[in-house]
Amino acid sequence: MINPFHFLKKVWLTIDIPCAAVFLSAAIGAVLLNFSGANPLDAYGALFQGSFGGMSALGRTLEKATPLIFSGLAVAFAFKAGLFNIGTQGQLLFGALAAAVAGFGLAGMPGWLHAPLALLIGAFAGGIYSAVQGALKAYTGSHEVITGIMLNYVAINLTDYLTNGPLKDDTPGNIIARTPLVMETSWLHRIGSFPVGFGLALIASLVVWWFLERTTFGFEISTVGHNSHAASYAGMNVKLIIVWTMLLSGILAGFGGAVETLGVVHRYQPGFNIGLGFEGITIALLGKTHPVGVVLAALLVGAMKAGSSQMQFHAGVDKAIIDVILALILFFVAADVLIRKILRRRETKGEKVLFSTGWSK
Amino acid sequence: MTQQPLLELHGITKRFGDALASDHIDFNLYPGEIHVLLGENGAGKSTLMNIIYGLSTPDAGNIILKGNSVKIKQPRDAIGYGINMVHQHFMLIPVFTVAENIMLGHETRWGFSLDKKKASQEIQQLSQDYGLEVEMDALVENLPVGLQQRVEIMKALYRETKILILDEPTAVLTPREVEDLFRVMRNLTEKGISIILITHKLKEVMTIADRITVMRAGRVVGTTSPSKSSEEELAVMMVGRKVVLQIRKKPLQAKDVLLDVKEFTVSDDQQMEVLHQVSFQVRAGEIFGIAGVQGNGQTELALALAGLLPFNRGRVCLAGKVMPSLHPRVLMNHGWAHIPEDRQKHGLVLPYSVADNQILNTYHQPPFSSLLRRNKEVILVNSTRLIEQYDIRTSGPRNPVSELSGGNQQKVIISRELDRKICCLLANQPTRGLDVGSIEYIHQQIVRLRDQGVAVLLISSELDEIISLSDTIAVMYCGKIAASAPSDHWTKEQLGLMMAGYSPPPKSLTWGNRKLL
Repeated sequence: MINPFHFLKKVWLTIDIPCAAVFLSAAIGAVLLNFSGANPLDAYGALFQGSFGGMSALGRTLEKATPLIFSGLAVAFAFKAGLFNIGTQGQLLFGALAAAVAGFGLAGMPGWLHAPLALLIGAFAGGIYSAVQGALKAYTGSHEVITGIMLNYVAINLTDYLTNGPLKDDTPGNIIARTPLVMETSWLHRIGSFPVGFGLALIASLVVWWFLERTTFGFEISTVGHNSHAASYAGMNVKLIIVWTMLLSGILAGFGGAVETLGVVHRYQPGFNIGLGFEGITIALLGKTHPVGVVLAALLVGAMKAGSSQMQFHAGVDKAIIDVILALILFFVAADVLIRKILRRRETKGEKVLFSTGWSK
Repeated sequence: MTQQPLLELHGITKRFGDALASDHIDFNLYPGEIHVLLGENGAGKSTLMNIIYGLSTPDAGNIILKGNSVKIKQPRDAIGYGINMVHQHFMLIPVFTVAENIMLGHETRWGFSLDKKKASQEIQQLSQDYGLEVEMDALVENLPVGLQQRVEIMKALYRETKILILDEPTAVLTPREVEDLFRVMRNLTEKGISIILITHKLKEVMTIADRITVMRAGRVVGTTSPSKSSEEELAVMMVGRKVVLQIRKKPLQAKDVLLDVKEFTVSDDQQMEVLHQVSFQVRAGEIFGIAGVQGNGQTELALALAGLLPFNRGRVCLAGKVMPSLHPRVLMNHGWAHIPEDRQKHGLVLPYSVADNQILNTYHQPPFSSLLRRNKEVILVNSTRLIEQYDIRTSGPRNPVSELSGGNQQKVIISRELDRKICCLLANQPTRGLDVGSIEYIHQQIVRLRDQGVAVLLISSELDEIISLSDTIAVMYCGKIAASAPSDHWTKEQLGLMMAGYSPPPKSLTWGNRKLL
């Protein structure tokens, strides 16, 4: 029934702009590299070596991509209901901290129970925090972008305080604001060089896809996102759906923070998770808010982060160039007029990524 | 008329992809005439007018103005030639005054500053010359729609118009405002201005037109005049087949009261009461029509009854059961169907497929869902059946509903709402903006339901629709039901006056057993 040619064409029409954005940004990056005195081919070669050249490099890429998949899914999921969850960062921080507390606080548990429990606690911490934002939107009409930004500050400062106060690592000689190490029973290990957390991220994206595409609840979320008036006409409880969507989006973000704590950092330390939530916005837009796209976009960004040290070492250019390229990608994806000019393509109906739907109750 | 035409179009052709939107169109306009361009939605009227106004350029053909061939590439050229257009959606700035809006884009300057005083005098003069009274210093947002339209016309006159194009000007007006507009149009033609009027309302055409050009599917079907033609003939030319303008229905056999609304009171966002203690009953097999000028509470009545707007006081009984609360889903489970006033806002999710729109409110019930999982196959099969049964023109159930014409979009809603077992139908402006063919179809469906014993509550600001469909007619004015009586007790004039808020009521106005007035 589905013509393979049409299917491929449809896929291409979905990914052409993100692909073009990546290549254009890489090209501009090459010019910048050239100006800073490095050979762009060498630099990109080293970047590739550092991210995909060998099993350990690949493992590093997957590890970097893991929290990005979660935060990208979180942002993409909220987009489906027309909500811009810019509070992903704060939710991710709470998820990371809560998982750390569960990791060092719950003693004497077997590994098969401790790690999943710590993960779930982290996820729900993020979810509850996000549901607050959803409830504020649904029942008072305050815009989720404003409350999200403010709640991010609350999260950053509260986690800073807790790690410097009640939850501070009291190992003798420690002066750094951070929690104690989590117990080894709660660690997410690697299988070979393959991080378990990455597997969880893949499962999460599959679940999100299934949930949005195949369930009645996914249908409700998407209806609210496209036309909330029609949703209430159809008897859906729009306010409750907004709260639920934010809760689930926050659970994804919290999960990302928890995986990072239990799989990589093994404690909560302020500054280690900064940016992971915000980068979810880049990932979601680059991935066209589709779970598969989110995974691919997160792998790309993860690879760039994983290989950046190698690039700095070999080509002698500052890592910051990677941030410049990432910013360019976001710029070209969000303001896609330029790319459309180059590709000579007009916007097709219904293609536009759904952003936040404005001020309303 | 033997004089030279002011504007001539020769062989105008315009393609959009494979479709011919204008197919070798010849058209001419004489000085001082009202030339009606009649046709269904999508017949190519707007494309043609956009070509004249410079919003799009023809692929072939000539535009000849006063004997000279001209090229109109953009609206500025058109305005330069004295061609102006009043769009269906007004292009006014609501927070500016009338005078400011009129001079906008054509400002009288004094150095770097605006010479408002001079402009104001000029506009005042204009309004006297053409008999268009508007208060110059009023903010446009505070004016009723009819006056806003007048401002649009004055804006055109201020730019020294020779040819005025009016795109569906009466769609938003009350019967009285339409009369005013027609009077103004006559004034303008007396001063030598030519008017092209785009419409699909046959009655208006017969009243106002000097000549009529009928378009269908991108071609000119013919040019005629009211004296040489009739409504029926025009309808046939427009649609291409015979149309039933008169609705045939069986005599009223009303039975039990299915919808009983008692002392229903509703407030708007600003806590103003927009509906005061409205009471009425609709019986099985009866069409209860509510007439009234837009903005007299009909919208709020419909939204509140459908559970989309909270109500303050009152009681609603559906099929003998008192509704504890009005919620769309609860109502639906009690056999309620609703054709909403704004189909694109409430009735449809435009990016969704036809199939998904047809289960928009039953998506959670079996067979469309089992254990929270959507049964896509069942949904598609259901849609294929409905598309066939309700004759919806679409390329398939997966087609986004946004790509359908207005009439077919409405049919999607109708197929969804009428396919259930229902006892009461609320149809609010069910045919607004639709072509004759779709209107005919939707009227037939509404009458079919009535004959099957459904209680139909019809709300419409089209008086003709109310009169031809309803068994009982009530008039809403200022949030109240001003009067209600069997439809044959009313004359059209009485209804029009009641809608405007002043009139002796018709004889024998009763409400159930109670004497109303």
